Amino acid sequence: MAKILLEMKNITKTFPGVKALDNVNLQVEEGEIHALVGENGAGKSTLMNVLSGVYPYGSYEGDIIYKGEVCKFQTIRQSEEKGIVIIHQELALVPYMTIGENLFLGNERGKKAAINWDETYGMADQYIRQVGLTESSRTLIKDIGVGKQQLVEIAKALAKNAKLLILDEPTSSLNEQDSQALLDLLLKFKKEGMTCIIISHKLNEVSYVADKITVIRDGSTIETLKKGVDDFSEDRIIKGMVGREIADRFPKRPGVKIGETALEVKNWTVHHPVYSERKVVDNVSFKVRKGEVVGISGLMGAGRTELAKSIFGKSYGTNISGSLYLNGKEAHLKNARDAIRHKIAYVTEDRKGDGLILSNPIRINTTLANLDAVSSRGVIDRDKEYSVAVEYKKKLNTKCPTVEQNVGNLSGGNQQKVLLAKWMFADPDVLILDEPTRGIDVGAKYEIYCIINDLVAAGKSVIMISSELPEVLGMSDRIYVMNEGKIAGELSKEEATQEKIMACILRSSGKKTGKANA
Amino acid sequence: MDKAKLKVGIQKYTMIIVLVLVMLFFTWGTEGKILLPQNITNLISQNAYVFVLATGMLLCILTGGNIDLSVGSVVCFVGAVGGVMMENMKLPIGIAVILMLILGALIGAWQAFWIAFLRIPPFIVTLSGMLVFRGLSNIVLGGKTLPIKSEMFVQLFGGGANCYVPDFLGSGEGLNMVAMGVGTIACVLFILMTVRGDLNRRKKGYETENPVAMYGKMIVICAVILFVTWKLAQHKGIPTSLVWVLLVVLVYGYITSKTTVGRYFYAVGGNEKATKLSGINTNMVYFIAYTNMGFLAALAGMLTIARMTSAQPTYGQNYEMDAIGSCFIGGASAYGGVGTVPGVIIGAVLMGIINQGMSIMGTDQNMQKVVKGLVLLAAVIFDVVSKKKSE
Repeated sequence: MAKILLEMKNITKTFPGVKALDNVNLQVEEGEIHALVGENGAGKSTLMNVLSGVYPYGSYEGDIIYKGEVCKFQTIRQSEEKGIVIIHQELALVPYMTIGENLFLGNERGKKAAINWDETYGMADQYIRQVGLTESSRTLIKDIGVGKQQLVEIAKALAKNAKLLILDEPTSSLNEQDSQALLDLLLKFKKEGMTCIIISHKLNEVSYVADKITVIRDGSTIETLKKGVDDFSEDRIIKGMVGREIADRFPKRPGVKIGETALEVKNWTVHHPVYSERKVVDNVSFKVRKGEVVGISGLMGAGRTELAKSIFGKSYGTNISGSLYLNGKEAHLKNARDAIRHKIAYVTEDRKGDGLILSNPIRINTTLANLDAVSSRGVIDRDKEYSVAVEYKKKLNTKCPTVEQNVGNLSGGNQQKVLLAKWMFADPDVLILDEPTRGIDVGAKYEIYCIINDLVAAGKSVIMISSELPEVLGMSDRIYVMNEGKIAGELSKEEATQEKIMACILRSSGKKTGKANA
Repeated sequence: MDKAKLKVGIQKYTMIIVLVLVMLFFTWGTEGKILLPQNITNLISQNAYVFVLATGMLLCILTGGNIDLSVGSVVCFVGAVGGVMMENMKLPIGIAVILMLILGALIGAWQAFWIAFLRIPPFIVTLSGMLVFRGLSNIVLGGKTLPIKSEMFVQLFGGGANCYVPDFLGSGEGLNMVAMGVGTIACVLFILMTVRGDLNRRKKGYETENPVAMYGKMIVICAVILFVTWKLAQHKGIPTSLVWVLLVVLVYGYITSKTTVGRYFYAVGGNEKATKLSGINTNMVYFIAYTNMGFLAALAGMLTIARMTSAQPTYGQNYEMDAIGSCFIGGASAYGGVGTVPGVIIGAVLMGIINQGMSIMGTDQNMQKVVKGLVLLAAVIFDVVSKKKSE
């Protein structure tokens, strides 16, 4: 049996209000590729951040034993000195620097006051050859594709003398060919003695490349599967990933009548705003009826948010084509204002970035999308505004001392309620809720589900985008599954199960991977 | 809870407290000279342009800490063109004034276009404007001083020898009755508005303000109004420049605090992406901010040439810094989204008092710059630190 390179013992990490990791144990042998799988939010990335020192020693409980010694990393730098290098999902390269400069960023060759550029580029060329790049290391990062950028990241790890390479969703932004090349590169490194931990949603890739698979669910390790010993099929892995019991976590919604179609989208195609040849949403058609909750499920990066934003007055993407019908009539929404006027609301997944003005009080945030309702001829009636804010605070049970409290000081769940209040006050007929319960605790989740129920009971339509399968299953009347910009399937409430949704996703990516391999 | 409230209260009124302390310091340092009617009048008329420019600058800063470096040059250029129109082309005053305002707005719109719709950084655009309009001022004036002889213009916008609102109520002896009358009326109006607002809230069942705080604030503000007008009345009355300053402050104070357009400035500065997704045309907000800055720079240009009774290619230098400084000292956030017109006015008054106090005390000119610089830094440090704490 091979030597244990890394052991993580009883790791527990809590964030305010959430236990992200609960007694997690992980053993990685030298020279293996170890995959971590689990749903979004299961705690995979948190675990790796603990390992690499993003969360410093002391902010978690438990021990990290690496090469036989207990490690207490305070910074990423300390873990990198030991040879533990993490490559994050979002690439951390500076676009207007050359490959060589990026490779040695923070680790420059030569003396402090005099960088040795010959050495920099000479060594950079060696490293990028190892990962199979043929470019000159003097090429700017912005001039190479995403796939090659991912390889540069790996070369950067090599330049840091990595012994244990951690890859967080390395293929999520790559096409099939680049993904395949990357996986083969990992297998090559394995032969040379490198140890890898790979986090991935793409189970076909995981079974292809991994020696062991550890399943994480709700912050705990469930099981570790070994190649050759255990069943490595995708079905088996999915069972481990989703095998939790769904208790009565979702309020019932009896007697809501589903009416006519409120919003329908046909052949909707959206291109990436920068790389305009890339289709982010590809020929999508769907509809939602009055009084109906439609779930859109899929993995991160499936194009769900982009679909929602592009419907909401073309707030995302370029070259948008397709048609949109509201109550049977075709509508052209030029911008967000237009969309609001046509009674559509988009409640963003990124409440801090796209949703709220954190430095402003609840009152101002609540009315921002519908200021006309509290003003006459452009003059705001502050008192009326105040009473509106108080009304919604009561309605949604937002916990705050006063509505003059800055939103930035509220907890995630209460911020989400303010965001919901803002869009409910805009009085929409169709609400698009993007990850409405992300990062909030169970109690607040339940309250938000109740609000959704109230909305549809009042004849509104709700489109709920969510990465949490139980939530989609528990709340939706109908579910669309999206993958890689396309609708991969439509399931009714009765037929939908977690396995079926996963299967939809895998089937649609499987088709393409098969083609690429052939 | 009460302690937290007190802290918030102190934070809210810090600059006023600082202003009072600085005032006391200079009263002591100048042996009371700073409170002489003559000096109070000077404080207002010398700084009239700062009040006007700082108000405009506030809107730019609100959009996200963006500043306008070109205002000093625009002040000079508009003044130069105005001087040429009135003195060389002999245009009637009214038409010249309107043309100057239009010119200012057009200059503002020119810069605003690049900033708002092409998203060229404001720093670059207005740096360019600073050079361009300084150069153009020189060209228009041929590098020479152009005396402004039109008395009516100087009277209207002036701070010169005799530019006061005529005392048609009084005898011309002793207290200026117009000044006292205006002060009294302003107080009565203010009290009426406060009480009416409170009654309205009670009637409609909205939450009301704490009566102690409300009446306390009312009394303090009335006292300040009466004190200033009393001082002015002891001198020659209300300087005409004060009328313009008050007009600007009241109109923009209203716009920023009561109107939807005003709200948009704060929203864009607070979170532009969220504002855009709330259906607000954020480009237009930038466009309005910078166009308006040009418009107000034109007004400041008129005040400047009227006060100096001439147009010179060197006027307006460092005016942008006075305006920016007032905003930051007055509590505008260097990141945008936070700041009020009254705050900015307090900032400008503070700068003005420090200037004047040190001049009366005979402090060295260069030392004055050092002090002003440090005050500015202290104000921004305070802003950043207090924000960090509240996170």
